[in-house]
Amino acid sequence: MFNAYEQNTLTFNAALCTGCGMCVAVCPHAVFAMNGRKAVLSSPQACMECGACQMNCIAGAIRVESGVGCAAAMIHAALTGRKEPTCGCA
Amino acid sequence: MNQLVSLAVNPKILVTSARLTRADRWDHFLVRIGHKRGEHRVAPGLYAIGNPSPESPVFVTANYTLSFDALRSSLAGIDAHILALDTRGINVWCAAGKGTFGTDEIVLRVHQTQLKEVVTHRTLILPQLGAPGVAAHQVKKRTGFRVEYGPVRAADLPEYLKTREATPAMRRVRFRLGDRMMLLPVEVRNYLLPMLVAAVILYFLGGWISALAAIACLLAGSALFPVLLPWLPTRNFSTKGFLLGGVIALPFALSALLGHPDWPWWRQAGQALEFLLAMPAVTAFVAINFTGASTFTSRTGVRREMFAYIPLMAVTFASGALLAIVFAFVR
Repeated sequence: MFNAYEQNTLTFNAALCTGCGMCVAVCPHAVFAMNGRKAVLSSPQACMECGACQMNCIAGAIRVESGVGCAAAMIHAALTGRKEPTCGCA
Repeated sequence: MNQLVSLAVNPKILVTSARLTRADRWDHFLVRIGHKRGEHRVAPGLYAIGNPSPESPVFVTANYTLSFDALRSSLAGIDAHILALDTRGINVWCAAGKGTFGTDEIVLRVHQTQLKEVVTHRTLILPQLGAPGVAAHQVKKRTGFRVEYGPVRAADLPEYLKTREATPAMRRVRFRLGDRMMLLPVEVRNYLLPMLVAAVILYFLGGWISALAAIACLLAGSALFPVLLPWLPTRNFSTKGFLLGGVIALPFALSALLGHPDWPWWRQAGQALEFLLAMPAVTAFVAINFTGASTFTSRTGVRREMFAYIPLMAVTFASGALLAIVFAFVR
């Protein structure tokens, strides 16, 4: 109960992977690595669900429910009755 | 000469330079203290930096002054074009999350600036953190330009341009002490008003020590917490915050226990408990609100943390506040 970040929504279907390497390039936390001609999930727990990999995966091999990991945005959305919290800092 | 050529082709190319003026630095200072945060913008569009030729690279960025200036100040001695997207004055990463730094906006700007007439190559270099908003293959399909994701930090661009390959270190987002310190003025500023109001109310309820306690737990959450983040035990921001708040509450609890030998034991213990219950809850709440400013928390994790710990924060804070009110009248 001291680490809520062990789970996330990232899934990777290696069968669809074409090995373009885009996920490795866009991930800011090195969640993906190349293993021969396919990508592999090398540290899935580091995923912050930014959605960059899914967005840039032409093969559709990556699924992640992306969103902002920001309690302030979620609290604000809950209080104002908005559905999807967004970065409303400015 | 080359610049004249491209200017002749497209009269709407704006000119910028790698040099940051005193006015730029003043603007950056105002951003960092949170002054008019939405109004630090540059005009969207195509810029020439140095003396670009039609073969010079094109860098894409946001129209937030800190983003735009980080890029241009990293391009000293490099002739290039800068395509500033209209992200409404929001930085690259946040705008990408919102989609304003996104595929549609790139397609629009490429057409609007007639970029194909300005450069002969068909490559756009994007900051890596723009990727959550951009589908590279869609940009290629809709504009003919290939998207190349450069490093996370603009400062790595000169190194990157030598090989056009980002090293693993260039691809990693960081959150170092210096990065976190930069956020302190805005963080503390967000809590100044609550701090003042709470201090005044608590002064009348429990005296100056209670007023000080309010300031201490809010400052611990907004200033100390970001600094100590990686060294506080546990992974959750809320548990880190509870622990930090607990340490901050200790001297206040001790002052209630030991500072008033004239009080009955139940009042000593009760007031000590008041600090130990309310203060960690406040620090933990401020701490969990820092998740969005960090560079690594997922929505799933933050949500799980909130469901697990916000009720606990509410209960402990309410108990502490109730004790404070009781002891304000039972003297």
